[in-house]
Amino acid sequence: MALLQVRHLTKEFSRREGLFGRTTSVRAVDDVSFTIKKGETFGLVGESGSGKTTTGRCILRLIEPTSGDVIFDGKDVLKLSRGDMRRLRRDMQIVFQDPYSSLNPRMRVSDIVEEPLIIHRLGSRAERRERVRQLFELVGLNPDHLRRYPHEFSGGQRQRIGLARALALNPSLVIADEPVSALDVSVQAQVVNLLMDLQQQLKLTYLFIAHDLRLVEHICSRVAVMYLGRIVEMGETAKLFAAPQHPYTRALLSAIPVPDPDAPRRRIVLDPASFDRSAPLREVAAGHLAAV
Amino acid sequence: MTPTPALMSNRPTLGGGPPGGGSPLLEVRNLRVEFNTRRGTLVAIDDVSLTIAPGEVLGVVGESGAGKSLTGTAIIGLLEPPGRVAGGQVLLEGRRIDNLSFEEMRKIRGRRIGAIFQDPLTSLNPLFTVGQQLVETIQTHLPLSAADARKRAIELLGEVGISAPERRIDNFPHQFSGGMRQRVVIALALCANPQLIIADEPTTALDVSIQAQIITLMKRLCREHGTAVMLITHDMGVIAETADRVAVMYAGRIVEAAPVRALFREPMHPYTRGLLASLPGRQGERLQAIEGTVPRLGHIPAGCAFAPRCPDRFEPCDKAVPGMTQIGDLVPRGFRFEPGEHMARCYLYSPAIEPQVLAEVRREKDRR
Repeated sequence: MALLQVRHLTKEFSRREGLFGRTTSVRAVDDVSFTIKKGETFGLVGESGSGKTTTGRCILRLIEPTSGDVIFDGKDVLKLSRGDMRRLRRDMQIVFQDPYSSLNPRMRVSDIVEEPLIIHRLGSRAERRERVRQLFELVGLNPDHLRRYPHEFSGGQRQRIGLARALALNPSLVIADEPVSALDVSVQAQVVNLLMDLQQQLKLTYLFIAHDLRLVEHICSRVAVMYLGRIVEMGETAKLFAAPQHPYTRALLSAIPVPDPDAPRRRIVLDPASFDRSAPLREVAAGHLAAV
Repeated sequence: MTPTPALMSNRPTLGGGPPGGGSPLLEVRNLRVEFNTRRGTLVAIDDVSLTIAPGEVLGVVGESGAGKSLTGTAIIGLLEPPGRVAGGQVLLEGRRIDNLSFEEMRKIRGRRIGAIFQDPLTSLNPLFTVGQQLVETIQTHLPLSAADARKRAIELLGEVGISAPERRIDNFPHQFSGGMRQRVVIALALCANPQLIIADEPTTALDVSIQAQIITLMKRLCREHGTAVMLITHDMGVIAETADRVAVMYAGRIVEAAPVRALFREPMHPYTRGLLASLPGRQGERLQAIEGTVPRLGHIPAGCAFAPRCPDRFEPCDKAVPGMTQIGDLVPRGFRFEPGEHMARCYLYSPAIEPQVLAEVRREKDRR
C-alpha cells in the first residue's frame, strides 16, 4: 500500500543576476514522481545539486514546492491549511545530516526530545517525562544522561538524540537526510543498525536521502537516482545496481571506490551529450524505470 | 623472487621502505605532538614512525581525532600553537627538517614537499587569479622569468585537465567549480616538481564522480613525475584504489601498517578488522559496528587506546601501550609479491606475551 505519493513535484528558485540584472529561475526539482510503500526504505540518491534534499523538504513543506502533488496516507499535503499541516507533521518527521547544528546547544537533551510533545500538547508533564525516558532507551542512550547538554555527546550519540526527537510523536514516515554522512565509519554502522532495528520495531517507512551509494545499496529496498533535478532511473535496489540503464547511473556506480585493492576498476566518464536530458522515464524491465 | 623471512624487528621505524631497497625519501621517527592547554598537556600524536619511499603512495587512514591530519601538518612544519612537536624527528632524504627555522622550512614547502588540503579554497587566495598564484609559486621556487613561469603555469593547468588553460589562467578561484578548484590546487602543489605531496582528504569535499577523476589524475601525475604521496583519508575505498602501503591510525598512534593488499586481505589489528567489517555490504545484512566511540583527547585510556572497544582484549591490554610488532614473513600473496612489512600494535602478536596465553586467547576468540 502506498504511504506517500509524489506526483510531478517541481520547485523553481528564482535568482537575480547581479544587483540590477534580470531574474532567472532554476528548476531544483523538475517533475519528480515516485511512490513509497508502507514499511519500505526508499532511497533518493544523487550528487550535490541533484535536488534530493529539496525534494525531501518539499514533501514536508519546509520549502513550498512550485507545483505538483504530495499525497500522504490519502491526504493531499500541499492543499492542507496551516493547522492541518501541523497535525500531519506528527506523522512525517525528518532527521538532519549534521548532528552538531540540528540540536539547540542551550537546551538540555531531555528538553530537546520533549519539545515536540509540548508543541503538539501531548500528555501531562509526568507522562511526557516518562515518554522521553522510553525514547532514550529506544535509541540506545543512557537515561541517566538526560540532563546533559548536546556538547557532552559524541556525533553518533547526537544523531541518536535527533532520532529520539523525530520518533517522539510516533511518526509513520521518517525522512532521513544524509543521517550518517557526518559520522565516523565505525559509528556510522551503529546508527545504520539502529535505523534498521527501529524500522522493524516501529513499522517505520523511510525516505532515505544520501549520496553514499554503498550505504543506499545496503539499506534501501528501492531507489531513485536524481540528476540535475530529475529522476533518471528508479527501481529495486539490487536490480538497479546490477544492471543500471541510464548513462548517469552507470557513471555514478563506476565511480564508487571499492575497498578491495584487487577489484577490477572500469571508470565510465559521463558524457552529458550522450543522452537526452528531457527523456521521460519508461519501464525498461518490470518495476525498473529509466529515462532512456 | 624468493621471499626472505623477516626477523622480529626492534627497529622503531615502520614499513619496509622502498621496494628496491635504498634510503627512504621521508622518515618520521617517534613523532610526538602535544597541546598545552589550561587543563594540562594533551598528547595528540604519540610515537608515530613511518617511512615513505621515492614515488610511493602511503595511505594514512583513521577516523576523526586519530591524528592523521596532525601528522601531515607536523611534517610540513605548519602546526599551530598550542600544538607543538614534543619529540621525535622528521627526516627528508636523511636530513632533519623538524628543527629548521621558519624561513628554511618555507623553502622546503612547495619546492620539495607540496600540500593539498580538503577544501581547495583554503589553499587559494580569492583576490588573485589562479595564474598570478601559480606564477608566484613557480617563481618562488624556480629561476624562471615571468613569461616562462606563465608558460609553465598554462602547461600545468592543461596537465591537470583544465580545458582552454590559456584562457582559464586569468580566472579567479570563484569562477571554477569545486572539482576544477581542486585541480588548480594540485597544479599549485606540483608546480615546483616536489618529491613528496602531502594530500589531506583531497577528495572528501567532492562528489563521487569528481572524486574518481581527481584520484585518477593524482595517481597518473605522481607516477609521471615520480612524486611520492602521503594520502590522508578516512575512506577505505580511496585507500584501496590508491595506496601502495597503508598506516592505520587510532587515537594518535599508528596501530597497523602493511602493504595495501596485506592490509585488506589479512587485517591484523582488531581495530582495522572492525573498520573493514563495518563497511556497508550486501543488502539487509546487519553491519558489524564497533561498539563505543573514539576516545576524546585527554581521555585516552592507559594501555592500548582501543582496548575498551576491542572484542579481543585480555589482561595486558589495559596496563601498558603495546609496542609495534612485526607480523609474519614476506610471503607471496596469490601471485603477487608484497614488499614491505606488516606490523601491528597489539598484544595478540606481541613476543612479550607467553605463547600459551596467546593460544588460549585465540581459542577463546575462535569460539565466539
